[in-house]
Amino acid sequence: MNPSVLDGYDPQEFYCEMLRSGASRAVRERLAGLSIEALKQRAANANAELYNLGITFTVYSDSKTIDRILPFDVIPRILSGEEWQHIESGIVQRITAINLLLDDIYHDQHVLRDGIVPPELILTNRNYRPLMRGIDLPHKTYVNICGTDIVRDEHGAFLVLEDNARTPSGVSYVVENRHMMLRAFPDLLDEIGLRPTENYGAKLISALYEVAPAGISDPRVVLLSPGTYNSAYFEHVFLAREMGVPLVEGRDLLVEDDRVFMRTTGGLSRVDVIYRRIEDDYLDPEAFLPESMLGVRGLMRAYRAGNLALANAIGTGVADDKAVYAYMPRIIRYYLGQEPILQNVETHICREPEALRYTLDNLAELVVKPVGEAGGYGITVGPKASRQELEECRAKLIADPANYISQPCIKLSVAPTLVDGRVEPRHVDLRPFAVTGSSTWVLPGGLTRVALRRGSLVVNSSQGGGSKDTWVVA
Amino acid sequence: MPDVLLARYADCIFWLARYIERAENLARILDVNETFSRDSRGGQNWRSIVQLNSDEERFFATHSTASVHSVVNFYVIDADNPTSIVSTIRYARENARTLRSLISTEMWVQLNIFYNRLVALRVADLAPGNLAPLFATVKEACQTHTGITEGTFFRDQGWYFYQLGRYIERADQTTRLLDIKYHLLLPSVSDVGSPTDLSQWDALLRSAAGYHAYRRLHAGTTTPARVAGFLLLNPAFPRSVHHCMREVGRLLGEVKSRYALRHGNDAAEELDRLQAVLGTLDISAILGAGLHEFLDSIQRQLIAITRELSTAFFGYTPEASQVQTARLQ
Repeated sequence: MNPSVLDGYDPQEFYCEMLRSGASRAVRERLAGLSIEALKQRAANANAELYNLGITFTVYSDSKTIDRILPFDVIPRILSGEEWQHIESGIVQRITAINLLLDDIYHDQHVLRDGIVPPELILTNRNYRPLMRGIDLPHKTYVNICGTDIVRDEHGAFLVLEDNARTPSGVSYVVENRHMMLRAFPDLLDEIGLRPTENYGAKLISALYEVAPAGISDPRVVLLSPGTYNSAYFEHVFLAREMGVPLVEGRDLLVEDDRVFMRTTGGLSRVDVIYRRIEDDYLDPEAFLPESMLGVRGLMRAYRAGNLALANAIGTGVADDKAVYAYMPRIIRYYLGQEPILQNVETHICREPEALRYTLDNLAELVVKPVGEAGGYGITVGPKASRQELEECRAKLIADPANYISQPCIKLSVAPTLVDGRVEPRHVDLRPFAVTGSSTWVLPGGLTRVALRRGSLVVNSSQGGGSKDTWVVA
Repeated sequence: MPDVLLARYADCIFWLARYIERAENLARILDVNETFSRDSRGGQNWRSIVQLNSDEERFFATHSTASVHSVVNFYVIDADNPTSIVSTIRYARENARTLRSLISTEMWVQLNIFYNRLVALRVADLAPGNLAPLFATVKEACQTHTGITEGTFFRDQGWYFYQLGRYIERADQTTRLLDIKYHLLLPSVSDVGSPTDLSQWDALLRSAAGYHAYRRLHAGTTTPARVAGFLLLNPAFPRSVHHCMREVGRLLGEVKSRYALRHGNDAAEELDRLQAVLGTLDISAILGAGLHEFLDSIQRQLIAITRELSTAFFGYTPEASQVQTARLQ
């Protein structure tokens, strides 16, 4: 008899998302009836289809553009309704606190005066935007779209690793992975009470309408992209299509009399809300980096005049800073008077002498991260690092301690993953996406990223990561 | 808000259609030359195809002779040649990539697969026996694109600019096709009316997919004047300049009134001038004054129409030398 999918699968000492979850019983039984050969065939078809559909990110080499798919693993990651309820409420709590924090630091700064967060951590942060001081935003919502990176330790506890409160990406893969699974594995999905991912676009545009400038009855929303050369261009296309709004670039927009217009075949046409996928620095050469070619001159004037809504707001990067992250449990208690539902990973803030000393003393056991980087760059994973890498890390820490945090090396949970024709355990994380207008809604599931290299803990797509469909089942 | 269209999108959709139409026509020309058009000694004139596209300088910079091998290579798989089929489809795909939020997924997928198939072609795929099926595949892929577009593309402003691009390019290609025979393959006096001369005119009709329709109108008689008249002026032939310009006129009028677009009157005036010429001259008058000169003047007027459309709707006025290609994205 041909071996079936989970025969001989051994998650070793790690927490396995598939074997430990009671909610995965139906799926496990169905996978047991499927041969490895059949799984490989369906996986190959699915990945070929993703490529043809152009569900790709773009990389550049030798001035050529190469479209790559985010490698898609067809064995789903499964969460029970209870687990999801816990994650969802934890995320809503966290985003509520983040928005209160941002409103506070751009207004009265109680949180700094009350000594909850060191003022210099906020006020000297390169993502703190003084021009946001005193601007009142509808519903006090700064972070309309948030991606929260969550990991699971060897005991099965969910821990927040990072908040992505600027321009998080990946949601298009959540929806497209589901479409792919519906086509490739209809037999796995039958009657398991799977929560849909279909309505993300509708929820997103509703939230954007909610934060539109006051007094506009039929606001025009656009999605602002850096253009076809951006690696996340597919996602921009996806989101514009799902919302049914124009996908524009900076050169399509202009500001006159503090109002934003787009260039159309019939002349200039008003724009009221911009979901921007361009970082603050590049958004307006008049207000930020003068050499930016991607942005729109005068956008900040229109914004400050109240004629424009931006999602996310300007200056949210200060809230997802890795150093500010360390204070998030205290920030939640301060604003909400509640204990955090989702815990942080224990974090040592190297700007604090004691934490620096601890980090230097235990370098080989810790993960050291620069506070300002994204995409998994600049990280030193102590237990995996060579002696030389550790010494380089030590030198950087001593030279600029405030730029680093350290965390214990979490034994990330694993999920069965098809690699080179075999099903093996691979480490996963989870990035749920939350949308906030007047209130917060979380897309059930989220993006499960999987580190495809054996033993690797780095799940970023730029570093050999892939993705899985995430199933929240009843 | 389907009532507005970004100027940049209008530009891209116009050029998407033009590049597809251009690739299809290039496949037609290469196919016909490969299959049907031989001179009295059975030789094929590949040099004329290079001349047709005004590519002599670039072609002979890298090739010493215009053989079937070198010309087909140059025009099918040479990614460094901007007028090759693979380059043309690459430009079409780049425009489609920009338009992905506007066009249907099916349009994108088909073009994506088509392009990837072209990129994978190697010299061995261009062996003599493989050429006819290859050209048939290219033509069919272009027509599949057209069919998918017809069946899936939302009928808003973008649809109009797509069709405007398609008809302008098609008219332009028809004039070039006619020019190749009349100007470049000009037979010696003794060959006029010879079996070889006439078979070349038949080949021309075939390359424009007009052979059978022409036969229904002019059973048994192939004359240069009738073939030229058919390709230029026949109102029912979908590739005739006359038909294409009538469609352009209809589309331009409709898009302006339906979407209350204020600009575009200069393009309409240029078009009126061209249509007046097409409507009043008959083929003997055209031949009398010189067919090549006439085709040249049509091409110039198509360029003028394109420039006026760019100025009115796409938000920029191209340089005269750049009117035959899309603005670099």
